[in-house]
Amino acid sequence: MKRIYVNEKWCLGCHLCEYNCAFAASGSSDMSLALKGRKLYPKIHVEEGSDRITFAVSCRHCTDPMCMKSCIAGAISKEDGIVKIDRSKCVGCLTCVLACPYGALAPGENGIMQKCQLCTDNICGEPACVSGCPNGAIVFEERD
Amino acid sequence: MKSYYDHIIVGNGVAAAGTIEGIRSTDGEGSILAVSAEKHPVYGRPLISYLLEGRTDREHINYRRDSFYADNGCEVLYGERAEALDAAGKKVVLSTGEQVGYGKICIATGSNPFVPPFEGLEKVKNKLQFMTLDDALALSELLSEESRVLIMGAGLIGLKCAEGICRRVREIVVADLAPRILSSILDDECAGFIQRHVEKENISFLLGDTAERFEDGKAFMKSGRVVEFDILVLAVGVRANTALVKNAGGAVSRGIVVDTHMRTSLEDVFAAGDCVENLDISSGTGKVMAILPNAYAGGFAAGVNMAGGTKLFDNAMPMNSIGFFGLHAMTAGTYEGQCEAFRGDDGSINRLYIKDNLLKGFIFIGKPERTGVYTYLIREKVPLDSIDFELFRRTATQTMFSHDERGRRFGGVV
Ligand SMILES: Cc1cc2nc3c(=O)[nH]c(=O)nc-3n(C[C@H](O)[C@H](O)[C@H](O)COP(=O)(O)OP(=O)(O)OC[C@H]3O[C@@H](n4cnc5c(N)ncnc54)[C@H](O)[C@@H]3O)c2cc1C
Repeated sequence: MKRIYVNEKWCLGCHLCEYNCAFAASGSSDMSLALKGRKLYPKIHVEEGSDRITFAVSCRHCTDPMCMKSCIAGAISKEDGIVKIDRSKCVGCLTCVLACPYGALAPGENGIMQKCQLCTDNICGEPACVSGCPNGAIVFEERD
Repeated sequence: MKSYYDHIIVGNGVAAAGTIEGIRSTDGEGSILAVSAEKHPVYGRPLISYLLEGRTDREHINYRRDSFYADNGCEVLYGERAEALDAAGKKVVLSTGEQVGYGKICIATGSNPFVPPFEGLEKVKNKLQFMTLDDALALSELLSEESRVLIMGAGLIGLKCAEGICRRVREIVVADLAPRILSSILDDECAGFIQRHVEKENISFLLGDTAERFEDGKAFMKSGRVVEFDILVLAVGVRANTALVKNAGGAVSRGIVVDTHMRTSLEDVFAAGDCVENLDISSGTGKVMAILPNAYAGGFAAGVNMAGGTKLFDNAMPMNSIGFFGLHAMTAGTYEGQCEAFRGDDGSINRLYIKDNLLKGFIFIGKPERTGVYTYLIREKVPLDSIDFELFRRTATQTMFSHDERGRRFGGVV
């Protein structure tokens, strides 16, 4: 199955992936209308370490997802390899945040969890973080 | 109902749901029966307080889709109990007196509320526990804007109950014999921080105090105070429900004793969930952890093994994410060793417990972000001298790992 991978060497730390992610989820066709002046809730985030390391993190779509096993509402499931969340069941307890080894999960607006579903839940078709990365640091491909 | 099933599960909570999915991940054919004392399909038990608060409803509280049992070819006996286990004859005796044979059985009976023998308790008319969907529905029926509610027990269940109902009642008093709230997972400072936050609502506490005796509508406390109430909620504690295995001669300590395959000491008898004791890998001791993630994971492993596959549940540890009125406390592991503590600029409490170059446990209050990275460090026993300690101390970030380690964790399928 194709997943999102980040090549740390090429990540510029520009945070464009975060904007593209939030824009993809907005369903809008105008980026500035959709994002300007708003607090963003992207499902990918860039982490910054010492020595100018930057690194984008999003859901790994684990083989044995800890978030899914831990969800007290049964809101997280796996379909065709994609770890999905039913936001109408989520109560925002954050147990999945406590369980995810990759720190890849964060709540959206109103405290209800959201997660990367590889842009299968919007009209992009292909992950927006990947197609919008200016340096080709984020790829969508099959690996072992 | 047939007279024999390849797999029987006693109980129909989350551990049972995990068992069903574990069985079906390995064996698509074998017959499955779940014996369910409760009359409902599996629901998220921790959600009963959210139901009262209106943050979920009867439909969304269900843990699985409506077709879950049908899709998995699992029969369910609603409203019936397994009364006895005949491990030698490989049969269970039901409350109807009927006997059913099994190939493998999983005991997923959860926990029972513990009610201390309070004097005069029988005189209290409106008293409830807060364990089941039916408890929550009954409580909801009793509540009114005028209600004064006394909750005995300031643990997770008592406090979640208070949160769930506080905007629907006049006032709530929570009493606990312990000197602080959430005494099993928090120390004084952390507990005090959360208590002050909760006290901004119409909730007050009587700590280090308990009821000496009850009359209807009145609790006479040890401290001499008299608390008048309309509704009494008993949430003093829970005990693992071990009776079936114990009476059948199986090994039981505080919970049913199981190995990492979730096998009990009785042949072909497995167990999972709140009724068992698992090895807590953060402390190295056997414990009844009574949390939902362990119930599911243990149940799933039991199911795979019952169906002839192999799946170990060998990384259990305590972990709780609990929020009250928007303030989240994230805790995991064991609080032993040296404590690295700091208060964030935002008032958040951050504590990391370190021993023998390993992270053993943590408490974060008010800063839940990415805490799973710390859970991972405990669970995988990552040597702390292999990561950037300064970053580790300050924030949960992937950049604390070495370049190579990050490549390994993020470069392929995990
Ligand atoms: C209010 C509340 C809030 C909670 N919050 C959290 C939380 O935030 N996070 C967390 O991790 N955990 C939480 N928990 C704990 C969590 O709900 C449990 O760990 C989990 O539900 C355990 O699942 P189980 O399947 O082992 O047991 P249960 O869910 O208790 O299911 C056992 C079932 O077996 C049935 N049964 C028992 N004996 C028999 C018998 N002889 N025959 C037939 N059926 C029988 C019982 O009626 C019950 O329905 C909370 C619990 C409560 C009550």
